[in-house]
Amino acid sequence: MKSKIAKISIATIAALSLSASVASADTLSDTLSQGYLKCGINSGLPGFASADSKGHWSGIDVEVCRAVAAAVLGDQTKVKYTSLNAKERFTALQSGEIDLLSRNTTWTETRDSSLGLNFAGVNFYDGQGFLVHKSLGVKNAKELDGAAVCVQSGTTTELNLADYFRKNGMKYKLVAYDSNDQVLKGFETGRCDVITSDSSQLYSLRIKLKNPAGSMVLPNIISKEPLGPVVRQGDDKWFNIVKWSYNAMVAAEEAGITSKNVDSMLKSNNPTVKRILGVEGKLGENLGLKKDFAYQIIKQVGNYGEVFERTVGMGSPLKIKRGLNALWTKGGLQYSPPFR
Amino acid sequence: MAVYNKVETREAPSNSKGMVYWLRANLFSTPLNSAMTILGIAFLFWVIPPFIKWSIIDANFAGSTRADCTGDGACWVFVRAKMDMFMYGFYPEVERWRIHLTYALFFVVIASFKYLKQAMPKIIIAIIYFIIAFILIRGGFFGLETIDTNKWGGLMLTIVVSSVGIVCSFPLGIILAFGRASKLPIIKSVSVTYIEFIRGVPLITILFMSSVILPLFFPEGVTFDKLLRALIGITLFQAAYIAEVIRGGLQSIPSGQYEAADAVGLSYWQKMLLVILPQALKVAIPNLVGSFIALFQDTTLVLIIGLFDLLAMVQVTGSDSHWLGFETEGYVFVTLIFWVFCYSMSVYSKSLEKRFNTNLK
Amino acid sequence: MFALLRDRKVRGILFQLLTIIGLVAFLWYIGTNTVHNIEQRGIRTGFGFLTGTSGFAINDSPIAYNETYTYWRVFFVGLLNTIIISVIVIFLSSILGLIIGVLRLSNNWLIAKLSSAYIDIFRNIPILLQILFWYNVVLATLPSPRKSIELFGSIFINNRGFYVPKPDMNSTTIGVMVSVAFVFVFVFFLNRWANKRHEETGEDFPVLYTGLGLLVVVPIAAYFIFGANFNFSYPHLRGFNFTGGKTFYPEFLALTFALTIYTATFIAEAVRSGIEAVSKGQKEAAASIGLSSYQALKLVVLPQAIRIAIPPTINQYLNIVKNSSLATAIGYPELVTVFAGTTLNQVGQAIEIISMTMLVYLVVSLVVSALLNWINFKMKIKER
Repeated sequence: MKSKIAKISIATIAALSLSASVASADTLSDTLSQGYLKCGINSGLPGFASADSKGHWSGIDVEVCRAVAAAVLGDQTKVKYTSLNAKERFTALQSGEIDLLSRNTTWTETRDSSLGLNFAGVNFYDGQGFLVHKSLGVKNAKELDGAAVCVQSGTTTELNLADYFRKNGMKYKLVAYDSNDQVLKGFETGRCDVITSDSSQLYSLRIKLKNPAGSMVLPNIISKEPLGPVVRQGDDKWFNIVKWSYNAMVAAEEAGITSKNVDSMLKSNNPTVKRILGVEGKLGENLGLKKDFAYQIIKQVGNYGEVFERTVGMGSPLKIKRGLNALWTKGGLQYSPPFR
Repeated sequence: MAVYNKVETREAPSNSKGMVYWLRANLFSTPLNSAMTILGIAFLFWVIPPFIKWSIIDANFAGSTRADCTGDGACWVFVRAKMDMFMYGFYPEVERWRIHLTYALFFVVIASFKYLKQAMPKIIIAIIYFIIAFILIRGGFFGLETIDTNKWGGLMLTIVVSSVGIVCSFPLGIILAFGRASKLPIIKSVSVTYIEFIRGVPLITILFMSSVILPLFFPEGVTFDKLLRALIGITLFQAAYIAEVIRGGLQSIPSGQYEAADAVGLSYWQKMLLVILPQALKVAIPNLVGSFIALFQDTTLVLIIGLFDLLAMVQVTGSDSHWLGFETEGYVFVTLIFWVFCYSMSVYSKSLEKRFNTNLK
Repeated sequence: MFALLRDRKVRGILFQLLTIIGLVAFLWYIGTNTVHNIEQRGIRTGFGFLTGTSGFAINDSPIAYNETYTYWRVFFVGLLNTIIISVIVIFLSSILGLIIGVLRLSNNWLIAKLSSAYIDIFRNIPILLQILFWYNVVLATLPSPRKSIELFGSIFINNRGFYVPKPDMNSTTIGVMVSVAFVFVFVFFLNRWANKRHEETGEDFPVLYTGLGLLVVVPIAAYFIFGANFNFSYPHLRGFNFTGGKTFYPEFLALTFALTIYTATFIAEAVRSGIEAVSKGQKEAAASIGLSSYQALKLVVLPQAIRIAIPPTINQYLNIVKNSSLATAIGYPELVTVFAGTTLNQVGQAIEIISMTMLVYLVVSLVVSALLNWINFKMKIKER
């Protein structure tokens, strides 16, 4: 009797889940019908994604989620955040637990080609660096022969580290941990001499130390780490929406549109501005969104420069310089394809 | 005529009673024993006074900020300041009455069990309780605000995981135990395979599987909450162990009971559920408590897949930049909580064992 | 038709048929979903990744390994580390468990209480908590390499591990090691011979003392025969860290200490219940035929107690193997850490990797339970 009931319930669950799957080939309409965006973020990396004591998320990765929510739903608050560790992140996206992964994820060939993912842009050009205790007296990464190095396991960082030391004929002792918190703790207690990670992360780890002034980030950058938002393969419409939501923020900065002047910019005579804000043309509608999607992003979230400054730049405790992340017109790499 | 003088009973000779005798008999009976006693005392002196000095004499108890940690010893201010995190995780403060109410209702349910003799009403009440507890803690009904599971944490999450684990694995475990005891070859081999497979692999691999592979098993769009995935993994894991404990109980039932049930014409399920299972469960109860203790300890593993149980809270609170360097206090505090829970359960299970032993002999 | 249903046999077959159908349908459902999901998401499948270059380092490898080796090699490094830590913990926890179990029944009140306090304290604290405590609290508070604790000028203890001298693998070292192994094998057969002789003639042979004596004499002889040339590599501070000698990393030490202390409580309980299970009559009978208390313990009590204590102890050995997977919380590079952790993160093929990992543990546990059955069979009281 009992196991018959169990069997019937299994069959029912199976039937229910089958019916659920019919609806979900189209991420855009799913998101519209459920009324919020499912976004995966880091569980705690100041500047990229961190929660305050009330559970409000902030950070440059979080802003991407909010921008997409503003573009799709017209409201940047309609996001359901899922915090993920490095191991879970791709599965969560593949399984549909989230629809957008914005979790300081490096764009690599393997990830693009063999994990069924698409990178929709680069919201932070990063590079791997080293954080050392000042008391070691090390000024350059080339002096690190024999050092014990803490690293987060299973990341591209771990691979670059191996490459770098091999290339320079140096030895090191690997201390690999699952989470950034453990990495930080290992450094704090002296288990290792050096932390290696994306340099932006080093700055955010550094301010968590007991005595931030006692440590420094070395000048060497040993790798390219383009971090960006990721979507599933196979839904090109959704891919385009995320890509152009991000481009809209960069394009707005290029055109000088900010969250403060966006309303007055609506009356601008500049055709580029008009096209971005949806005053002219039907750019948003081709994406399956409203004409004013970019306006909503800029109004509610801001342009790329504003976002950068308040999350990781001079307006934040991290105080990271724009560097590679300046607009292409100012010697950086941030560049939006034309809104046309 | 003989005169009988009452002679007072003499006291036992001084070498067979009193403090000195006890000491000699129990601590210094042989040279080897004396040496061990002295070693033991030295060990106690080496361990206990420094610990008391650290945890009480030199410790700070009062205050609310880092600045109040002035002594050389422990700073329990840290634990006090983070008490909410240890108990509730990130559960919103204004909604915590819901957790308290759930705890309180639990004791009401236990109290009501004293007055209910039948099994059926007990089971129904327990099921109703779990539904109410779910609605209360998660919300989303009756105007209660939904609290996402990623805000659950601390002791509360540990209790949720272990109680859901034990409750859900119980029926599955019973079915598996019946299956293993069954005479039908296919049923039996399916049950044995399942039980031996699960018992052969570490819980952590099952948790990895449920957190990484499980989503692939279902069509796109069917997603499980992270906590739910952990609960599925723990339930599947625990069921195999429960099944083995119940099997032990089943084996202790004399075959006369089966034959008697058959003789009065009970069907298989009537026989198993009404005659065999109640007796088997009674025998298995001490071991069931033992397996619940194991489960309670195993819930700490969810921290490896990124849930914030009581143990994970030590790491979370310890990496708060305002409170770096107080992890030791956190570990000691959490150790104490786990120990009190597990030790009291094991004392309970030992007392049950004694009670049932006298019944049988 | 319905009459058939009342037949117990028919119903049994029907019920089993339904179970199979249900099971197959369930597996088929999962299988097709998985295949569909993998195809649709463009996830790579198969075991081809195993021959790819890993690209990452492992800090504590018993065999030659660096980042240019393949994932296969990573798998074996993890597997070997799992085996190494398990064997070491099994050895240590057996000794500790035996001692505590015996002391628990000591007639010395203080020692008995201390032993039972030890058991009550440590078996009621989750093992993961103990591992983290050793790692994050005890070992992390040791001094830094430059302020190491120094013993005998050649052993160094700091928060990066314990450093001890390591003998070079020259002919002397190998010769001595072989001679020690030889002594153990010899004593094993000596013991068999002595037992046989004891059964036939009743004469005793002092196997224990002979064995200990040989263990001292033979390696010393071997030392001189093979050139008397011990050459140690000593640890010394160079740059940031110690080099040379053998290093026991904190991850390894924390795992060893925590697992040993935790598992020993269970083994002690097994030993205690084994000894207690030997009935009083047996001890009295032994005394009445004039055996000394040592003889009674060795010849009457222990042989019976061991029979009862061995099955739960072997179960604990299995638990040690499984619990060693908790190393992933502190990063000791055993199977779950480097393969189901790092490799999974780099490659992303969850199904293949988790299955391989589970299979390893499954094989170990099947082998151990086969062993257990064999021992139970051997240990069964042979009634004549």
